Amino acid sequence: MLREAWTKPQGRAGALLLLVLLASAMIGPWFLPDPLAQPDILAGSLPPGLGHPFGTDQLNRDILARVVAGARVSLSVAVLAVGLSATIGTAVGLVSGYWGGVVDVGLMRLVEGALAVPRLFLLLLVLAVWERIPLPALILMIGATGWFATSRLVRGEVLRLREEAYVRASEALGARRRHVILRHLLPNTLGPLLVAATLGIGDVILLEAGLSFLGLGVQPPTPSWGSMVLDSKEVLVSAPWAGIFPGLAIVITVLSANLFGDALRDAVDPRSA
Amino acid sequence: MADPLLSVRDLKKYYNAGGVFSRAAPPVRAVDGVSFEVGRGETLALVGESGCGKSSVGRTVLRLQEPTSGQALFEGVEIFSLDRPALRALRRRMQIIFQDPYSSLNPRMTVGAAVAEGLEIHRLAPRQEIPARVAALLREVGLDPDYARRYPHEFSGGQRQRIGIARALAVQPAFIVCDEPVSALDVSVQAQVLNLLSDLQQQRGLSYLFIAHDLAVVRQIAHRIAVMYLGHIVEQGVTDQVLSNPRHPYTVALLSAVPEPDPAADRARIVLRGDLPSPSNPPPGCPFHTRCFHPAKNERCRTEVPLLRPVAGTTAACHYAETTPQPAQAGAA
Amino acid sequence: MTHVLEVRNLRISFPSGPGRVYPVDGVSFWLDRGETLALVGESGCGKSLTSLALLQLVPAPGRIEEGSVVRLADTDVLALRGEALRRIRGRRIGMIFQDPMTSLNPVFTVGDQIIEGILAHFRIPRAEARDRALGLLQEVGIPDPVERLKAYPHQLSGGMRQRVMIAIALAAEPEILVADEPTTALDVTVQAQILEVLDRLRTSRGMAVLLITHDLGIVAGRADRVAVMYAGQIIEEAPTEQLFANPSHPYTQGLFASVPRISGPLRRLTPIRGTVPAPSAWPTGCRFRPRCPKAFDKSEQEPPLLSVGVDHRMRCWLAESPGGRASG
Repeated sequence: MLREAWTKPQGRAGALLLLVLLASAMIGPWFLPDPLAQPDILAGSLPPGLGHPFGTDQLNRDILARVVAGARVSLSVAVLAVGLSATIGTAVGLVSGYWGGVVDVGLMRLVEGALAVPRLFLLLLVLAVWERIPLPALILMIGATGWFATSRLVRGEVLRLREEAYVRASEALGARRRHVILRHLLPNTLGPLLVAATLGIGDVILLEAGLSFLGLGVQPPTPSWGSMVLDSKEVLVSAPWAGIFPGLAIVITVLSANLFGDALRDAVDPRSA
Repeated sequence: MADPLLSVRDLKKYYNAGGVFSRAAPPVRAVDGVSFEVGRGETLALVGESGCGKSSVGRTVLRLQEPTSGQALFEGVEIFSLDRPALRALRRRMQIIFQDPYSSLNPRMTVGAAVAEGLEIHRLAPRQEIPARVAALLREVGLDPDYARRYPHEFSGGQRQRIGIARALAVQPAFIVCDEPVSALDVSVQAQVLNLLSDLQQQRGLSYLFIAHDLAVVRQIAHRIAVMYLGHIVEQGVTDQVLSNPRHPYTVALLSAVPEPDPAADRARIVLRGDLPSPSNPPPGCPFHTRCFHPAKNERCRTEVPLLRPVAGTTAACHYAETTPQPAQAGAA
Repeated sequence: MTHVLEVRNLRISFPSGPGRVYPVDGVSFWLDRGETLALVGESGCGKSLTSLALLQLVPAPGRIEEGSVVRLADTDVLALRGEALRRIRGRRIGMIFQDPMTSLNPVFTVGDQIIEGILAHFRIPRAEARDRALGLLQEVGIPDPVERLKAYPHQLSGGMRQRVMIAIALAAEPEILVADEPTTALDVTVQAQILEVLDRLRTSRGMAVLLITHDLGIVAGRADRVAVMYAGQIIEEAPTEQLFANPSHPYTQGLFASVPRISGPLRRLTPIRGTVPAPSAWPTGCRFRPRCPKAFDKSEQEPPLLSVGVDHRMRCWLAESPGGRASG
């Protein structure tokens, strides 16, 4: 399945870009100046040049370094939050779909209620109260508000898979429900799940960037693309590079995640060839 | 029958049409009062066309679905009143083989893992022994033990059916429900699987409830046969008897519709008129009367439900079973 | 006399890895007015693809190879394109498929679909088309045709739907009807009804029918001639009685031995050992050789169709030896 996504040009482009970003996020900081270096207001913003390929911001911090450091933060928030959403969503979807009955009805009503509230609102509400939220808590919040759609997706898959002959065969052999879920249902829902997760990464990056831009997400001095764009607001005319590069980083990351996710979806769903 | 392995009495399975909010739509009466017995080491075939309820019987007897009412005694134990742990233990004794070889195996599990699943669930063998057991089972169904490492998509329909059979055999059942196991297979492969089932029955003393719509297939493998129509058994008896001297008009029509690979055979075919009535709105009285061609058909058939009774060597549910015309007499109705 | 349909050396290829494979590999047959030819074989033999080729309906990336000939009396079908091709589809050759549920559009009434079929080939007012549609429904034996015209496919049973399919195919009044496993998805009693309809129509309209099936039983009662296919080739062809009385090719004999019978002595079935090979793995020489109980050294060469009787030919070297012509 992954191999198939690789063969499509969009998929390959997306995957490669993501890998490049990942690599630079991981090893970059060793080669680059410290993003949290002492701010030097007097030196001012330098345009992109030899010493600073992306230029520097108002506090004379190297932007490339900050973008790469921001990549670490944004990517880890995205991956961890999506991981959390996927896990909760899958668990709820499996139980709801397989048990059915009152459990299913109860859980799905809950999910529908939660989906009625815009996710951003929910987060804003919480974050407005909780100032200077530590990073792990932020990840938790984003993850905890993102599992609803996944649970419906997984539940739908389970409802379909439940009727497959091999699931009945397992039941006929006397398998406990837990066995059926772990051995048969879960492995066969991985496909659509992976797709949803990959596309979810793009969503979360945008979400986190937005929150940080509003000052509610990642807190300074930890660099984040969103807060970098926020900081660049004042100097957008005189030093546009301060806002362009972090913005570009957001766009490219989300685009590559979506490209790869789309290719995965085509690979998983035999009918959407 | 003395000491039957399985004894089913007045089994009913109704499905609710419409969802939670629809006003009482009449339920679909898939199985409407069915009784039969299966002896040790014998095959009872449940024959009928689509919508007659035979698959529902198979699944309900194994309690893969809960019955609406009725009793089923397996080795003396009442299946429908067992609690979960006891039912799980019973599952070892009763297994099932499915019709569709393409969905009967989990595409993400190796063949070996699929066959071993029963062994794992019931802890029938220590981990080290499992590969050997799986190999033996694969050999027993005529497959190369090396196949255990491969995935289902690498195999043909016939081979997948054999894998499904191996999986069922792993827990050493006494009784297997065969739900149209050869309907989806090519003619020559069908013969291979039928022979295999036959041989296994001899070697292991298995009993089969063989669900099918093809009478010629059933003749090869069944000792006794029960013909179903709209949720009822309309005729039941020893295979030879039923096929050579059918007493229920539906059985007569079914037999005459079977295409015979012999151009010289000039059988007068009885072609039934009309459509199958809806199982959620079955006709009153005899379920078959709307399409019945029996010359003695009258008002009684429209009002009184005929019960299965012994007639000329079989049992048939027809008021006038003694005088049911055979194809030669009836001609093309 | 020119045949109504003539197919010569039909080859269809599909890409496979670096090269191509030929699931239909040199098939030839003909059809005369008012007769039924049955094309018999198991899955993977190429019979369905053959029928699709008659109307240039072979799905991409498959393609009909050079040297293939499909002629309708004096029209070269494979040379037609565009409007000319559209005009013969349905009008001169009609097709009915195996699964009537997926061949009918669920959002249109049955009447609409038949009328659409009529109007596609005849320039007549809609009211007249409707009358013809009613007549067709009666011809295929659908009770209450006026009511049925307004019905949607899902409201009808499988047998009814297949009759509607036949009605649609007949609407264009074709000379040839291709029926691809028309009764496989239907119950036995319904199957009998449908076959009876096809028979009646064939005699009343003088149509030629190409019946594609794997069921030898259907063939026995309905076909005038039979061609048995295996691995992309016709391996035996004969008038029906001849084939059943004297099946000569080991594959045909194997098929007969493995089919359960409803009457006659009850014997253990003797299946053909092995499985049908995929087109990419066809054996060299005689393609049935690995599974054949009578294979001998000459089987390593691919046999042509050789005569074993009047109008009876098979693709087997055993035809050359006097013993090879005996059945069984």
